[in-house]
This record gives sequence, C-alpha cells and structure tokens, in this order.
Amino acid sequence: MHAPEPSNSEAALLAALRRGDENAFIALVDGYGAVMHRVALTFVRSNEVADEVVQEAWLGALRGLDRFEGRSALRTWLLRIVANIARTHAVREARAVPFSALELEHEAGTERAPALPIDRFQGPDAPHPGRWVSFPTPWPAEPDSAVVSAETRDLIADTIARLPDGQRIVITLRDVEGWNSADVCSVLDVSETYQRVLLHRARTKVRAALEDYLTGESP
Amino acid sequence: MSNEFSCQQMTEVVTDYFDEALPPDDHQRFERHLTYCAGCGRYVDQMRETIKQTGTVARDESLPPALRERIVDQFRNWRRT
Repeated sequence: MHAPEPSNSEAALLAALRRGDENAFIALVDGYGAVMHRVALTFVRSNEVADEVVQEAWLGALRGLDRFEGRSALRTWLLRIVANIARTHAVREARAVPFSALELEHEAGTERAPALPIDRFQGPDAPHPGRWVSFPTPWPAEPDSAVVSAETRDLIADTIARLPDGQRIVITLRDVEGWNSADVCSVLDVSETYQRVLLHRARTKVRAALEDYLTGESP
Repeated sequence: MSNEFSCQQMTEVVTDYFDEALPPDDHQRFERHLTYCAGCGRYVDQMRETIKQTGTVARDESLPPALRERIVDQFRNWRRT
C-alpha cells in the first residue's frame, strides 16, 4: 500500500484518539475513509451496504483500539476490519462473493484453462511446439488524446467489473489500488500463490480486451 | 533447448516474474527467453502497459459527506459510553 509503516505522527494520532480526541479521529477518517469505502464496494457492490460496512468498521476499530498493537500498519489493520465486515454482509446478502480464502482458492483452482487461446501457439506436432503462431500485434504508441485515454480507462473498468469475483477483487486491490502482494494476501486471507493465479487471469483478460480495442483483433 | 520456456509457458508465468516469485532457475530462463524472442518481448511489454493503464482507472478519493458525518456522530456517541 502507499502508506508507510506506522509513523510517529500515526502513533501520536492514536494516542490522541485513545484520549477521545475528535480531531485525531477526523484526521484518520479523512486519511483512510475513502480507501475503506472503495474496498467495501469491491466486496458488496451496493453503495448503501458499503456505507453500512464502513460505518461498522470504524465502530469496530474504535472498540478494538486497545488491541491494536502497531505490529501491522494502521492502514492494513483498518482494511482487514473492513474486509471482514464486508464479507459478513456479503454472506447475509447471499451474494456469490468469495468470502473465505477457501472459496478464493477454489476459484483459482477451477480455472485451469491456459491464459491465452491455445491456437495462438504452435501445436505439439508443429516444428516448434509452444511457439507463437504469429507475434502479438504491436499496439499503437501511447495515445496522448484525452478522449482515447478516457475510453481506455472505461474499457478497463468495464472488463474488471465483469470478471469473476476473486479475480475482480484481486486486480482491483493490486493494480487499481496499487497494493503489494503481501498486503492483499493479509487483507483477503489468501495465499500468495492463489492470489497470483487470480491476478494473472485477471490481467490476461484485461490485456486481451486492450488488444482487441487497440488493434481491432479478437483476443 | 527443451529445458527452456516455450512462448506459451512465458505467457503463463509473466505475473510470477513481475512479482519476483519465480524460482531462480526459472527467473533466468524467463530472461534468457526474452533475449532471443521478440514476440514474448512484445507480450511482456503489453502486460506492463496493461498494468500501467489499469492504475489509471478512476478512484473515489473522498467519502460521501453524509457518510463522513454519520461516522463522526458515531464517534461522539462512542466517546460518551
């Protein structure tokens, strides 16, 4: 995640918060509230429920304040609380979101298909099995038109929204939010390996959508 | 050369490569393959570009004001208890 490990100023904020200082609380809400809300939305997708989740998470954080020992970054601690509450809500809504590590691993394991269609590579009887049939088409140099980049962003957001839940959540946290692998695993309670399988599937599909859009080829 | 990655294998391990999660032998195989295969070079560049572009997807940078207010009210109630 972008935030550094617990810093002196963070420790000071926490100390103030334990004394009931409202300004310290507001500083934390303004610092971490937005990302907590985005994470909640990744799990539950309805704005109303996401609002409830974030509110509950702050209450949970206040109640658990004395148990926070500063071993993890405050940000990671808060986001774990959000993720756990969001999962509980998702269960209540009976949504098919992967709530547990087990289900995420199931999703990672069931998609054993190759990342790319196999006909992009030479078959086992060809002179060079596994080699490109033809190289990927080059993409145009980075478009500098604002319209084109807005279109690209919409296309990516759209592609991500249609991914299976596990892939959608992992690529959102890793590549949209920019978290590192360890943070994603810690918040989702999933192994690095499974997390990476989901991420790889997701990235491959986003690349295919971009390829389709930028070169007019089918993925 | 059967010990080397095929192009298809390259496309399967690129995320592990980016995360530096490949065993050292495979990491070297990956980089060796890139020295002689322009197609995979292009593919890896496109995956990098994909990640970069994904990072530009819009994010809401603030809480809805009404929610922020409810959270602060909740804090005041909590403090009273």
